[in-house]
Amino acid sequence: MVKGDSAPSLLAMRGITKSFAGVHALRGVDLDVRAGEVHCILGQNGAGKSTLIKILSGAYQPDAGEIDWQGERTIIPSPVAALDMGIATMYQELDVVDGLTIAENIFLGHERSTAGVLHTGAAHRRTRELLARLGHGDLSPSREVGTLSAANKQIVSMARALSRDTRLIIMDEPSAVLDAQEVKNLFRVVDELTSQGIAVIYISHRLEEIRQIGDRITVIKDGQSMASGLPVEGTPTSELIKLMTGRTVEHVFPPRPGVPASAPVVLDVQGLALRGTFDEVSFQVRAGEVVGLAGLVGSGRSEILETIYGARKATSGTVAVNGRMLRPGSVRAAVNSGVGLSPEERKSQGLLLEEPVFKNVTLSSFGRWARASVLNERRERTIAREQIDALELRPGDPDRAAGALSGGNQQKILLARWLVHGTTVLLLDEPTRGVDVGARTEIYALIRRLADAGTAIVVVSSEIQEVLGLSDRVMVIAEGRVLQTTAASDIDEHRVLDLIMEGVAA
Amino acid sequence: MSEQAPTPAPAVVTAASPEAASPLRRFLSGGVGRNLGLVIALLLIVAAGAITAGDRFLDVNNFFTIIRFASIIGVISIGMTFVITAGGIDLSVGSVMGLSTIVATIAGVQAAADQSSWLLMVLVAMAVGAAAGFVNGVVIAYGRVVPFMATLAMLVAARGLAELISNKQTLIINVTPFKDFFRGDLLGIDWLIWIFAIAAAIGWFLLSRTTFGRRTVALGGNFEAARLAGLRVKRHTVMLYVLAGLAAGIAGVMMLGRTGVGTSTHGQLYELDAIAAVVVGGTLLIGGRGTIMGTVLGVLIFSTLTNVFTQNNLSTSVQAVVKGAIIVIAVLLQQRFAARGVRST
Repeated sequence: MVKGDSAPSLLAMRGITKSFAGVHALRGVDLDVRAGEVHCILGQNGAGKSTLIKILSGAYQPDAGEIDWQGERTIIPSPVAALDMGIATMYQELDVVDGLTIAENIFLGHERSTAGVLHTGAAHRRTRELLARLGHGDLSPSREVGTLSAANKQIVSMARALSRDTRLIIMDEPSAVLDAQEVKNLFRVVDELTSQGIAVIYISHRLEEIRQIGDRITVIKDGQSMASGLPVEGTPTSELIKLMTGRTVEHVFPPRPGVPASAPVVLDVQGLALRGTFDEVSFQVRAGEVVGLAGLVGSGRSEILETIYGARKATSGTVAVNGRMLRPGSVRAAVNSGVGLSPEERKSQGLLLEEPVFKNVTLSSFGRWARASVLNERRERTIAREQIDALELRPGDPDRAAGALSGGNQQKILLARWLVHGTTVLLLDEPTRGVDVGARTEIYALIRRLADAGTAIVVVSSEIQEVLGLSDRVMVIAEGRVLQTTAASDIDEHRVLDLIMEGVAA
Repeated sequence: MSEQAPTPAPAVVTAASPEAASPLRRFLSGGVGRNLGLVIALLLIVAAGAITAGDRFLDVNNFFTIIRFASIIGVISIGMTFVITAGGIDLSVGSVMGLSTIVATIAGVQAAADQSSWLLMVLVAMAVGAAAGFVNGVVIAYGRVVPFMATLAMLVAARGLAELISNKQTLIINVTPFKDFFRGDLLGIDWLIWIFAIAAAIGWFLLSRTTFGRRTVALGGNFEAARLAGLRVKRHTVMLYVLAGLAAGIAGVMMLGRTGVGTSTHGQLYELDAIAAVVVGGTLLIGGRGTIMGTVLGVLIFSTLTNVFTQNNLSTSVQAVVKGAIIVIAVLLQQRFAARGVRST
């Protein structure tokens, strides 16, 4: 029987919507959580899970919808209010202060004191009680948190939640940083919490974990709850995957002509590894071929691109372009050999936001038109204008600051930069993140055009259908390992998700 | 298909597009226009001087005195503008300048200069500055020490080294051609002013018209983007600090020319005056935007102010308070300006 079946509803959310600058992050989410249950939230990257958490923890206000807390209509105006109501959140990046002791962390923000003097003794006693309740009585309250493992930091975070009268704990992928033994411990602690009537919202990509610990599941896709409160027992995996991936928006991918067997290998990656992140990555990309890396956030896909590019220094393995080895850890060497990277975070890693479009377009090649180090801005503008016309960059003003452009047009600036520089290998990390539907189709067409012109392309995307739609070949990656490499036409989204979710523990 | 930003276009205060530029717009987006606030501030101070001190202030010679007074800090500030535009800071410039005056005036160097040419002293001072800057740059770029700490260490160490070498004595220049040169002038204008003007012209050209300047702005605007675009960010960082050190060395030569002595106390707190002038001149302390024109105006504002106070026999303490107020006001105005600029989330 499902735990808490007869328990009263603790939290009920109805029709929650939230949009940012006209983009819908949530467009109608229902969520019911009962006291003492573990309620899992399942959804792909970008489905809206983190927005939902932030609304629950008081960081965001919903645009519309109702929230009932312990049977009463309520609003959660701020993170402090959420804590006071009894809702605690354990973020992935744990919000503990490394320089303070366990006890100081637990009572941070609600220290017990008289006239400003802390009651250290009382705090330590209470800390010991809390840690014991979580089965970790062996930890000393005066130990500095920075010296703890990720797993024990989670314990501290949970103890802090318990130190207030918490009724609901939200755990955002708590197992992501834990090994198998630590996950077992975590589950024991979660059991302990629920037996005390505390509800847990558990977010994880790992289906097998959800099967082990969850009571009910809510599936979110494209900002909507597809199913609310499904019992974990009796819902087959295939059903869950269908709910997570069923399409509402279809993107148009340009046709793939296929790569002739005679096309030369341009990029050759052999045994590439970055300690603690990924291992033994080997693949080749031929001229005109698009290879996609499919995997979840944190699977190591971005790091693989950055290591090929030299932005991170490989611990072992080689990268060769057109048969010539690249010096490890040197972006300059990669760029000079004709490799270009469009980074995941356009704004923080790609663009000079305050500088005009044309200077961003020529950032990798402005020296080419300089004479005796004197810039030729007129030439740079002309070159940029050609790219603006070719890529239909809007607004078409080379002097407009790059930061004023939309996501799609900023992406085009980065593509233009490498077109101007002349690349034979293009590494694209999340080329359509933050790009609206119309501009996406344009970017897809552009990537195809580049491939047809003979560029070897590697694409990383969180959206599996995007990887499948763009690529000739797909590499499925989980936890820094290549699980499978196959022709894109031989695999579908369900299979990829299956591999990622079930293959993670294998 | 064309695409518009999802949000209403934010108010953009950057240079207007050339198609839409009216003559007035073009003027306002030019060097003078962008520094219009500074020009107005300078004119107000000049007006205040004219009203309070009358003919004594308005005398042509007094204007040259003001620029002369600004010249040494001015040269240091031009070097500093590059470092700050690239997102760094150099606290060591004042001490490095002091050290350069000592090394250039030790007995051996003076004797050699007597044998060959007084220019040897100039070269030695510049080399000392550049070498100190090189150490700063290497520690920052390759040792990954934050610029504030690396140059703070150099501030302390260079001053100490200068004291060690000079044994805390004042070293008097005996090389007559050196002294004669700086006593002379060109077209009736003091050499210190010429050096400042030439340094400003070169600095302006370097920052706004060359690949060196483009890299400098790129580093300060977005270091990671510059690195991932394939720019040699470490090498460029080293070069920036060499440039700032070189400027301090040149300022050392100017100081030797003005005072005729080398001493380890030359240039104390000059780093703060230089940073103040650069920031008041509109260069963002976080990097990414800076102009030499603004820095020159910033330096002139402070030296004119000092002159007005001196003409009115006001104490240096009053000057310090007013200087402090000006810095705060300038930075507040700068933040307003930045907030209206392009800052999409």
